[in-house]
Amino acid sequence: MLEIKNLHVAVGGKEILKGLTLSIGEGEVHAIMGPNGSGKSTLSYVLAGREGYEITQGSISYRGGDLATMKTEDRAAKGVFLAMQYPVEIPGVTTLTFLKTALNAQRRARGDSELDAMSVLKLVRQRATALQVTEEMLKRALNVGFSGGEKKRLEILQMSLFEPKLAILDETDSGLDIDALKLVAEGVNALRAPERAMLVITHYQRLLNYIVPDRVHVLAGGRIVAEGGKELAHELEAKGYAHIVKEPA
Amino acid sequence: MSAAADTKEQVAALGEKYKYGFVTDIEMERAPKGLSEETVRYISAKKGEPEWMLDWRLGAFRRWNEMTEPNWARVHYPKIDYQNAYYYAAPKAPEKKLSLNEVDPKLLETYAKLGIPLSEQKMLAGVAVDAVFDSVSVATTFKAKLNEAGVIFCPISEAIRDYPDMVRKYLGTVVPVSDNFFATLNSAVFSDGTFVYVPKGVRCPMELSTYFRINASNTGQFERTLIIADEGSYVSYLEGCTAPMRDENQLHAAVVELVALEGAEIKYSTVQNWYPGDENGKGGIYNFVTKRGDCRGARSKISWTQVETGSAITWKYPSCILRGDDTVGEFYSIAIANHYQQADTGTKMIHLGKNTRSRIISKGISAGKAQNTYRGLVSVHPKAVNARNYTQCDSLLIGGKCGAHTVPYIESRNPSARIEHEATTSKIAEDQLFYCLQRGISQDEAVSLIVNGFCREVLQQLPMEFAVEAQKLVGISLEGSVG
Repeated sequence: MLEIKNLHVAVGGKEILKGLTLSIGEGEVHAIMGPNGSGKSTLSYVLAGREGYEITQGSISYRGGDLATMKTEDRAAKGVFLAMQYPVEIPGVTTLTFLKTALNAQRRARGDSELDAMSVLKLVRQRATALQVTEEMLKRALNVGFSGGEKKRLEILQMSLFEPKLAILDETDSGLDIDALKLVAEGVNALRAPERAMLVITHYQRLLNYIVPDRVHVLAGGRIVAEGGKELAHELEAKGYAHIVKEPA
Repeated sequence: MSAAADTKEQVAALGEKYKYGFVTDIEMERAPKGLSEETVRYISAKKGEPEWMLDWRLGAFRRWNEMTEPNWARVHYPKIDYQNAYYYAAPKAPEKKLSLNEVDPKLLETYAKLGIPLSEQKMLAGVAVDAVFDSVSVATTFKAKLNEAGVIFCPISEAIRDYPDMVRKYLGTVVPVSDNFFATLNSAVFSDGTFVYVPKGVRCPMELSTYFRINASNTGQFERTLIIADEGSYVSYLEGCTAPMRDENQLHAAVVELVALEGAEIKYSTVQNWYPGDENGKGGIYNFVTKRGDCRGARSKISWTQVETGSAITWKYPSCILRGDDTVGEFYSIAIANHYQQADTGTKMIHLGKNTRSRIISKGISAGKAQNTYRGLVSVHPKAVNARNYTQCDSLLIGGKCGAHTVPYIESRNPSARIEHEATTSKIAEDQLFYCLQRGISQDEAVSLIVNGFCREVLQQLPMEFAVEAQKLVGISLEGSVG
């Protein structure tokens, strides 16, 4: 469902991704691991369509279409979801209002009818319990004053609400203690489904103990330098990146 | 998005953007062009005014002749030729309309386009509408219910005839005839407006609402509003404005006076959406307004809430004179300036009595090439023991070509006063926009959402039905401002 071929991406004129190739099938969970500065976040942003991330070469095919030419919001409506490393605060906009606005914008784009406030609330409540997202959090301004754990749980709640086809989790484990990590991982695992692909981006193997991937890719110097099953993550943990990333990128 | 596509889209959007930009084809009756004693007499005669009112107007006109236009505000506009405008226009209406059935159907059509339902629906909503079509009020609804409560809600021209003693007692006591250039001009030529009196101890049974509308080309609109809340009474008044699209600039100089007697409370809410001019700064309303409330009696309260999205130029400082002891003044403001709009707005809180309190929350949003200034005065007089003020001024910038300015004046002549001032300036961050887009929210909707969040504290002050309208307006007035 996602085919990335020889992808080159520049940010501010500097090439970050240098010929990345990656293929993900429906229902698969892939992990991207890599040291700092290897281009992990760049990959997540270019897939989501952030401004300033320029594709200079290569292609991204998503469910048969050319992802690169799609507007950011259209990608979202077509099922691309990015759980962000640093969820953004929007003062004065309650979390529930934000969820309703986003949900209805996606529904509109897909030609579905909009949900009224009560239906949204019901849906959100139903999904929120497992992630321990409280009513009180829903009333607070989006991410304002949220702890690291609360922010990440809210990201997964959104993933649960929007039911994406391709979920990209960018460093979802960063800033989480072990209990918070388990809670988030359980939330993610509950969303594993035959029609949903996931791309889990992480620096550490720790997260992959809880979200067990089908494939692991090692990203270094803007390219995939190693691939394997879940055991590759353990090898990385034991031996470090230096062991695998031997050749200069 | 490419620049060309962007421009094309914006131009296309403009066509439908100003949905209130239509002109009603009704025969107009006008005063001769220009401003002279003759014009003033003409207006007074048209309104069938008593001698004292004409004298009052003429007195104002003589004062005005000796005054010069103020230039201290941060607004720039070509010199206004006061002799090249009409000061009175009314739909030709030979006899007084008695019921809605007798009102020109075209007027009613206009109301329908504006979304003013002069029908039972409105009664269900609990709002009485005194619709001002250009200069003459043609229909006033729900009088019966208000009569029952003893509330007077009528065109000020009617009040001058029917309640002369009350009008004489209060008119010009909050905003004196010689207060400022524009207020004095208004005093000479005001065409109509609204009068409200709420008797002692009465809580007005419904929100009072007036829609103003400029229709005749090249006609200044000079509204005059006087609201008196007698001891222990309460009234909430809503004012909303729309105006048709025009090429030449139109002058608007309204005066609003509020009087709150002992223990009374007046809540005055405005949504101002006059034509702002096009995206190149052509056309638009010049809005020079004097609004002031007098907390005359102890323990009275006056609260101003304004959402200012329209007009090419806004010059407006709704103020409170906290004369009585233990009185409270509030000012909640959202001012949005886009394209070439210029807004210079704020408030004055004049603390005269003991234990007086005031609160100022101002949210300024600038986009395009607009300039937005908050200008405010907090003045604590020697006898105002224990006066308190809290001021918060937040500015939000969208894009790199607009400006936000904050000019607070603070004067304290009593050592027991406590005055707090907080100010922030921020921009809509790229990461906020990206976050919204990634969740499927379009750029325009994202801007609207973020700005509405920024303005939330003020929007919450508006009565429910206005709040919804205002939220939409916030989004519409900033469409295409990012991209």
